[in-house]
Amino acid sequence: MNMFGPIWTAPIVLGVLTIVGLVSALVGDGIWDALSALALGIVALVGGWYSLRRPKKRQGARG
Amino acid sequence: MTPLNIRRWSWIHKWSSLVTTAFMLLLCITGLPLIYHHEIVHALGNEVEAPEMPANTPRANVDNVIATALAAYPGKVMMYLSQDKEEPNVWALTVGDSPTSNDYKPLLADARTAQMLPEPPLEGGAFMSLMFHLHVDLYAGIYGKLFLGLMGLLLLVALVSGVVLYAPFTRKLAFGTVRHERSRRVRWLDLHNVLGIVTLVWALVVGATGMINTWADLLLKVWQNTELAEMTKPYAGLPPVTKLASMQSAIDTAKRAAPGMEVGFVAFPGTAFATPHHYGMFMYGDAPLTSRLPKPILVDAQTGVVTSSADLPWYLTALLVSQPLHFGDYGGQALKLLWALLDLATIVVLVTGLYLWIKRGKAQAAKPAEQRATEAA
Repeated sequence: MNMFGPIWTAPIVLGVLTIVGLVSALVGDGIWDALSALALGIVALVGGWYSLRRPKKRQGARG
Repeated sequence: MTPLNIRRWSWIHKWSSLVTTAFMLLLCITGLPLIYHHEIVHALGNEVEAPEMPANTPRANVDNVIATALAAYPGKVMMYLSQDKEEPNVWALTVGDSPTSNDYKPLLADARTAQMLPEPPLEGGAFMSLMFHLHVDLYAGIYGKLFLGLMGLLLLVALVSGVVLYAPFTRKLAFGTVRHERSRRVRWLDLHNVLGIVTLVWALVVGATGMINTWADLLLKVWQNTELAEMTKPYAGLPPVTKLASMQSAIDTAKRAAPGMEVGFVAFPGTAFATPHHYGMFMYGDAPLTSRLPKPILVDAQTGVVTSSADLPWYLTALLVSQPLHFGDYGGQALKLLWALLDLATIVVLVTGLYLWIKRGKAQAAKPAEQRATEAA
């Protein structure tokens, strides 16, 4: 099964970013809160980007 | 994965999700205003604040604060006294007919003038109170909490089975593909998969910590019946405390016993968090973690001497660390906003999942899951 990489790379990176975001704000204030916001912000942006973007009109593409 | 395995996990995902979806929608929707609890209570004008005074205004003796409160409510006794780190100018007092009264009254007093402040509306006012109960106990006390905890457990099952199914359903697609050119059902399946996998770890953490929070009452009972009972043992059979030692000196003593910490919460003798002979004093530090993990100190309520101080047992530590991870209130406004956005994304996952089940169609339902996976990917 060499499908592991293509399927799971992005989910694993997002999972690690989420954990970094959740833990860092717990560790300290200031820079730690900023790191937390950055890491979780990327996760939220990725979710927003893929769910809200519209494909460029392609020939033969429907609604 | 073998076709049989896909079918099994599909069954698990379908039923664990179907059972919980309605409650998870309720939790996600009521959780949204709870993220902004403080701001909403403030905006509704349901917040009581101490008047502005010069920063160097001296603080009143706590004993005077307590005397003022008890004079205003004759016949009542003190149950709890607490102070929020963010609002050092306000003492919150809880008084009742007896130390174990269920009919208690929350009061606020100015920490500098020792004067009573207006009574705050219960639980932040009618709206926030409704959101709180629908989110926490469905107005059914401990049973409501434990029921929602069970729903939380099923949510974890739904999340894990969803991850297992993620690979067979997306293996031929690049990450994040939403096939807009296909039918709405395919589009929503893709949306369900991408938002589900993006929010996965957050949902696991918020779901698991939410479930742990539902056990708070039980864990406190365990602590009261084991460690707290152990600390009380030497005092068994002694006559009850007749004259309470000065609270101000008890606070000063406790602060000396826990340098660098502030008193956040005091339980008076006979209440759930103290013994019949002690003040239970809970000391807080000011780092993000120590401000969440109180150090309990027992002060003899008659003599005002520190009897013992102990660290919290591991299960209460786990509970108290679970709380911020569920509330999202530990990283400022940015974290709150992200909490709200991830909550909204979870609502989309729930709604698209429900839609996929409703629109499964007869033909679709007749096909085994492994075939649908092959067609979907």
